[in-house]
Amino acid sequence: MKHTISVLVENTFGAFDRVATMFSARGFNIHSISIGETEQSDISRMTIVTSGDKQVIDQIVKQLNRLLDTIKVTELTGRAITERELALITVTFQKGSLEEIKNITDVFRGKIVDINNKSLMIEVTGPPRKIDAIINVLMPFGIKEMARSGTVALSRGEQIRPKNEYKK
Amino acid sequence: MTKKKKMLTGADIFFESLREEGVEKVFGYPGGATIKIYEKLYDIDFLEHILTRHEQGATHAADGYARVTGKVGVVLVTSGPGATNTVTGIANAYLDSIPMVIFTGQVPTSLIGNDAFQEADIVGITRPITKHNFIVRDVKELASTIKKAFYIASTGRPGPVLIDMPKDMIAAECEYEYPEKVEIRGYKPTVKGHKNQIKKAAKMIREAKRPLLYVGGGVVMSNASKELTEFAHKNNIPVTNTLLGLGTFPGTDPQFLGMLGMHGTYYANQAVNNCDVLIAVGARFDDRVTGTTETFAADAYKIHIDIDPSVIDKNVLVDLPIVGDAKGILEELLKELSDKPSQKDWWTQIEGWKKDCPLEYKRPDDQLRTQYVIERISEKTNGDAIVVSDVGQHQMWVAQYYKFNHPRSHVSSGGLGTMGFSVPAAVGVAFANLNRPIVSISGDGGFQMNMQELITAFYHNLPIKFFIMNNCFLGMVRQWQELFHEKKYSFTDLCDSNPIFTNIGTALGIESFSIYKPEDVDDILDKVFAINDRPVLVEFKVSKEDLVFPMVPAGSSISDMIHKRLKPKGDIL
Ligand SMILES: Cc1ncc(C[n+]2csc(CCOP(=O)(O)OP(=O)(O)O)c2C)c(N)n1
Repeated sequence: MKHTISVLVENTFGAFDRVATMFSARGFNIHSISIGETEQSDISRMTIVTSGDKQVIDQIVKQLNRLLDTIKVTELTGRAITERELALITVTFQKGSLEEIKNITDVFRGKIVDINNKSLMIEVTGPPRKIDAIINVLMPFGIKEMARSGTVALSRGEQIRPKNEYKK
Repeated sequence: MTKKKKMLTGADIFFESLREEGVEKVFGYPGGATIKIYEKLYDIDFLEHILTRHEQGATHAADGYARVTGKVGVVLVTSGPGATNTVTGIANAYLDSIPMVIFTGQVPTSLIGNDAFQEADIVGITRPITKHNFIVRDVKELASTIKKAFYIASTGRPGPVLIDMPKDMIAAECEYEYPEKVEIRGYKPTVKGHKNQIKKAAKMIREAKRPLLYVGGGVVMSNASKELTEFAHKNNIPVTNTLLGLGTFPGTDPQFLGMLGMHGTYYANQAVNNCDVLIAVGARFDDRVTGTTETFAADAYKIHIDIDPSVIDKNVLVDLPIVGDAKGILEELLKELSDKPSQKDWWTQIEGWKKDCPLEYKRPDDQLRTQYVIERISEKTNGDAIVVSDVGQHQMWVAQYYKFNHPRSHVSSGGLGTMGFSVPAAVGVAFANLNRPIVSISGDGGFQMNMQELITAFYHNLPIKFFIMNNCFLGMVRQWQELFHEKKYSFTDLCDSNPIFTNIGTALGIESFSIYKPEDVDDILDKVFAINDRPVLVEFKVSKEDLVFPMVPAGSSISDMIHKRLKPKGDIL
């Protein structure tokens, strides 16, 4: 099962690498990882989507906590959260398929952000499941290129638990 | 009160900071990137710099020093090859949780990333094998970085911390002030055990019919040997140690079951599998201890005391974790438990196992055996020596046959299993000046991996007994080949290629002996233990094809334990 973990890290040299190194050194999966600044310029937020059973996720959280550059580690799965991903998808079209692709884009509330005589680029955001869905639907038309941002997530209207809470 | 600020160079700040941290010994090796520090060192008298013969030697020496003193071991090396030579020593300290601070020189900031002469990304290389590491990018941060490094290395679950210092940072100047406090928001080790958890544990222990203490190196780190011993005695609980835990409980105590695990005693392993409450203290359920985890203490209620939350439920799921410093937690538990239970049936069972399968080897014997030599050393030194073992069969025999009476006396590479550890680690131990006999025990293979540090021992007249258990084989690998790999002794036979060990010792100015008869052991030991002002070397030509028993094959259960060679092997050379 996929799990989303949100990690506040020091915005310092090497913090990202330390997290990534820990995942590879201990053989944990990373499905996606995204990092960006937070409201505090010296803190970055990483959103990591990983998978594993309860014991594995428990270890991941503990090993993340063990790193000195991590300030807060929050397992978001099972909480009220908002998860979003952005994708840019370039699709080839033939005469006749353009209209259909535009309709699909509308259904998924995407935007066409670039077009030439052979292909067009669609921008779409939403929960990762929605991105998977539009990709599936567009696949038969011929996806030329694609870039996904990886998931970002925040929990909704509740306090993120402090780093030491799980130690009780 | 604020201290008066003064302008200092990075090199000055380095030494001022070490002075603040109370550092007395630095193990190191100079080079271009650190030359300014060495220039200053020329006039420094408040600490001793020890020049080893190899940077790996310096890290193991600092490691040995840290293990016996409990202080932070300090290493100073240059950039590039100097830094990469420390990697094994750092990994070794990391896996055994040894507090160390390693200073590496680095090429000037402006050249970093250019594949400059003697550049290596040592911060990148050591990221997964340090508790934390730093590169100094502004000389103003040097003092606070050093303060943090010593704090991180020595608190919580200890470990090595590396500081990479570009050459221009060592030369640059800034106002110096040593910080009084450290504040790292992502690092707040839990020291005090949770009250309710301790109460629950006490209740379980009180109700236990067959309790067992499984004790590891965490109790050494926490200096909790006294508390542990009192706790075990007051509650009449048998104690088994991991390799790194040896010495935390007296080896001669009737409640002691010896080491558990792959080469642990039969009775310790039986006790693990039959106990109803297992109390793990400062131990991490390592695979060499548990074998297959499914059958490890399967029916026991497991209490796990450790300062590192990440070891809880990592390999074996436990019923009651208590995160915190072992010393304090054991003190609290002692207060909770007052009346001494008799546990009569449990002890009868344990005594039965002891009688069924004691630790044994063939004796008397015309062959010289490592087990016998170790037993004699143990007797002669009364269990009071500091024994620094290397890695292999002899290491397991030290663990089985030396009766350690004190903590911080068994120095051994547990987690990484680094051959070549013993000689340099013993050098570090000697610099702790503890006035106790120091015995370095290596196999003939491992001895050759860092024997250059004999020179360091000779130069400083270190009173170390360098013992080589020469079985002409990479014994432990040979053992696996014999038992599990169709007796294909691929590249483990050193008989034709071993040097004449006494010649090596002699060439380096060290008095050296070689014996091969069991009846000569006592004489030679008497002779060398009377020498206390310089190193000596003794080669023991031991039987070539001995095997360490008992043995639980990797990934098996205790029930698969092998006690002796299944078929007679004919002549043992
Ligand atoms: C640096 C290193 N290389 C290889 C090994 C694998 N290894 C483990 S034990 C062993 C044999 C050690 O032989 P020796 O030093 O003669 O000691 P003995 O087992 O004979 O007592 C080897 C090669 C190791 N532990 N460390």
